[in-house]
Amino acid sequence: MENPSVKTNAPLRLNAVGLSKKDYDGAPSTLCKGCGHNSIASQIVQVAYELSLRPHEVIKLSGIGCSSKSPAYFLGMSHGFNALHGRMPSVATGALLANHTLKAIGVSGDGDTGSIGLGQFKHLLRRNLRMVYIIENNGVYGLTKGQFSATAEEGLTLKYAGKNPFPPVDLCMEAIVAGCGFVARSFAGDAKQVRELLKAALSHRGTAVLDIISPCVTFNNEDDSPKSYGYGTQHEKPLHELGFIPPAEEIAIEPLEPGEFRLVELHDGSHIRLRNLGPDYDPTDRMAALARLQQAQEEGEFITGLLYYNPSRPSLAEVEGLRTPLAQLPPERLRPSREQLEKVLQTYR
Amino acid sequence: MSVLERAQAAPLAPRPSVVNDFSLVVATANGTGSQTANLTLLRSFFKLGLPVHGKNIFPSNIQGLPTWYHIRVSHEGYIARKPAEILVAFNPATAPEDVRALPAGGVCLYHTDLKGLPQRDDLTYYPVPAAELVAGIEVPVKRRPYLANMAYVGVLAWMLGLPLSVIEGALAVQFDHRPKLVEDNLEVVRRAHAWASEHLTKRDPYRVEPMNKTEGLILMTGNEAGALGAVFGGVSVAAWYPITPSTSFMDALREFLSKLRRDEEGHPTYAIVQAEDELAAAGIVMGAGWAGARALTATSGPGLSLMAEFVSYGYFAEIPAVIWDIQRVGPSTGLPTRTSQGDVAFAYTLGHGDTKHPILLPSSIEECFEFGWKAFDLAEVLQTPVFVLSDLDLGMNNWMGRPFAYPDRPMQRGKVLGAEALEAQGGFARYKDVDGDGIPYRTLPGTPHPRAAYFTRGSGHNEEAQYSERAEDYVRIMARLARKFETARRLVPPPAVAHTPGARLGVIAYGTTRYAIEEAKDRLAQKLPFSFLRLRALPIGPEVRDFVAAHEQVCVIEMNRDGQVHGILRAELPEFAPRLRSVAYLDGLPLTAEWVMARLTEEAQRPM
Repeated sequence: MENPSVKTNAPLRLNAVGLSKKDYDGAPSTLCKGCGHNSIASQIVQVAYELSLRPHEVIKLSGIGCSSKSPAYFLGMSHGFNALHGRMPSVATGALLANHTLKAIGVSGDGDTGSIGLGQFKHLLRRNLRMVYIIENNGVYGLTKGQFSATAEEGLTLKYAGKNPFPPVDLCMEAIVAGCGFVARSFAGDAKQVRELLKAALSHRGTAVLDIISPCVTFNNEDDSPKSYGYGTQHEKPLHELGFIPPAEEIAIEPLEPGEFRLVELHDGSHIRLRNLGPDYDPTDRMAALARLQQAQEEGEFITGLLYYNPSRPSLAEVEGLRTPLAQLPPERLRPSREQLEKVLQTYR
Repeated sequence: MSVLERAQAAPLAPRPSVVNDFSLVVATANGTGSQTANLTLLRSFFKLGLPVHGKNIFPSNIQGLPTWYHIRVSHEGYIARKPAEILVAFNPATAPEDVRALPAGGVCLYHTDLKGLPQRDDLTYYPVPAAELVAGIEVPVKRRPYLANMAYVGVLAWMLGLPLSVIEGALAVQFDHRPKLVEDNLEVVRRAHAWASEHLTKRDPYRVEPMNKTEGLILMTGNEAGALGAVFGGVSVAAWYPITPSTSFMDALREFLSKLRRDEEGHPTYAIVQAEDELAAAGIVMGAGWAGARALTATSGPGLSLMAEFVSYGYFAEIPAVIWDIQRVGPSTGLPTRTSQGDVAFAYTLGHGDTKHPILLPSSIEECFEFGWKAFDLAEVLQTPVFVLSDLDLGMNNWMGRPFAYPDRPMQRGKVLGAEALEAQGGFARYKDVDGDGIPYRTLPGTPHPRAAYFTRGSGHNEEAQYSERAEDYVRIMARLARKFETARRLVPPPAVAHTPGARLGVIAYGTTRYAIEEAKDRLAQKLPFSFLRLRALPIGPEVRDFVAAHEQVCVIEMNRDGQVHGILRAELPEFAPRLRSVAYLDGLPLTAEWVMARLTEEAQRPM
């Protein structure tokens, strides 16, 4: 089930647009050694290389926080925008209205999305802006030294913050409720799953949300914390094994038992192949997805995988009817003529 | 004594006619549809060739609270607010107070259903039996009250000698030439006119005569003019959150864009987003400006507060943006439907840390249009947020103006490097002052060149746009931004200066206070001659210093409590601070010439 391209990771090997993997690197990371976010950044580099993305066609955006620093650490040849705390969605909306042909990768954190930015997050999903929205979710505020975030588990005890008396916000449930058509949860320690989800997310028609549990090695990595490496490695419960199949590639359906796998066609003609690892899970059933998340929350399960998929809603650019990117309109298409002005003024005489 | 008898028995001596020179106020409750009748009146005077202006003084409410529509007709062309001599009393709640406010010799047209109207023997009263006049007209019951307002239009037409043919023309414009609506409304006007001719005797001096003072002019609101200007400035992305009095700006923008900005196949070449709040609206504008589309938002004071963080970011990260603030009275929600010039100081330095922004200050619909397109040139040339500070009075009311001049130069898109330029010069440093004007070069996302990309951040950065907390890097960037602001000083529209030879007094003002000041200037020409400098933008240029230097005393007139621009001018011209006097006042209503005259006379008598 391995995607064959994953193995083509030779140092100087060039991809279809003539770039080596190194060409997708960013600046050296200034995050803590072992931070889950670094692992996600390196998967983004890997995926961009494998999919032969043209760096200048990608923009990377973020809010504020440890997570939001990370766009500086991948895709150095892509324009980046480290925005305000919790406000990356609005900046992304403006940028993609100006040029809807760009591929946008947004990186946010649990504080950035779940607290200060919850409003913009929900409205981003309502509008279905075509972008990949990654939440690097570690349950704590790192830069301000260890306060609980809104995704921290109720009852969790941390050295700095004490005991958390409040229930967590489940950002995947929030996303599904808000009408998002691509909702996945993953674990920074599960590199392959992160990669395959990223690839699929880049093929989605609208906003694709990846809620990636990404341990904070400094403030929230005790083995009994559900957002630690130790806990994640031991308890991650993937709903399925994922394989991304690019549009041009032939789909080899292996002779599996019915109910063992699902093939989901993505908006751009690519596919994602899901091999069930437990009871059959249908990611196109919205109510089932919510019920499964609810059950996971009640039972303290760490489920990962593509939780919900529905490509039926048009993206914001489709709703707006955009064709030529607005940022590329020549002056004569931006400024109406002298005659048109005269005609308008005539009606005010 | 019946109302009719009383009207006819009013003991007033005949007075000479007052032609084309009066102020009238229509007092109604909002939500009763009087706006159509009022705009019909306004447009009728306009079509008759009379200089005219209307101001809607309305409540923050949907239905039932008092609203007043002021119309001033002046053959001399004065359009500042002036207390009314003619009252249309259609609101029982305010009628007693409205009647008492009339000057001696005034006229009161009153709805015959009104009870307990104060009786003054120095007024002329005319009844308007609105219900009677509408009876029998075949319209849905729901529309009947709206139609009833046309009754006062008819009686006023009789009283002033306003030809019905002119009203018909105005109605046609008002109802977009929909015959049934025009006819129904006109029928009420005709009936009222006929009824008044038969039953009333004219005893007041006010009347109109045709003139040619509006020939070739247009009548438009400032918000429409600003939105139209933005369209001719190439606006492509607009984001906003509804807030009075800016909402009609966005309504007009949507309307104009849908007509003027479509491709050959009819697809829009623009996008408008109603955001979840002003914060998001500002973020959308920043994102779009960063990615190379001309983007704007329109708001008012409270919305501006929410935009502060993004504006600060835009200043430091150097992103073009245009923000229209249609000012209303603050603080907090203040008086949301009343006018003010209270956001100038706030907008000028909006943000955390050291920030300052160019501000355009339109005073007329012509300037709303002009600044509508120029703001984009400035924002992109300077790579910074640019404000246009209008106000409720200008934005929401109809003003006469000359037809707008088509932009006299091609769009200025600023220093944007494409792939070829990058190739030729082997890359670029995003925040480096190459040309000495403080303005760096930028690239747009999507530029197909490996050296095009840079990282935009609100945190400390060096000239290469790399993260930096080094003291020297911060100081260098901030010094360059200050230099860029000096460049802005040269690029923003210069003030309009009217020097009065020999005048010792100078007046500095901006925006819509000009109308009261210009009228006061004429009226004080003998007693207290003064020169007038009208700021059209901040930061100020050398003309302001010259003006202040040339006068012994300079009064800064503005509609806020604390003299905000007075404060800015004192800081910018410290050597002249002692001669700068603040003449600031705000009660939510536009200034009158009488107030300006009184205050200037008072200031002139005060020792230096």
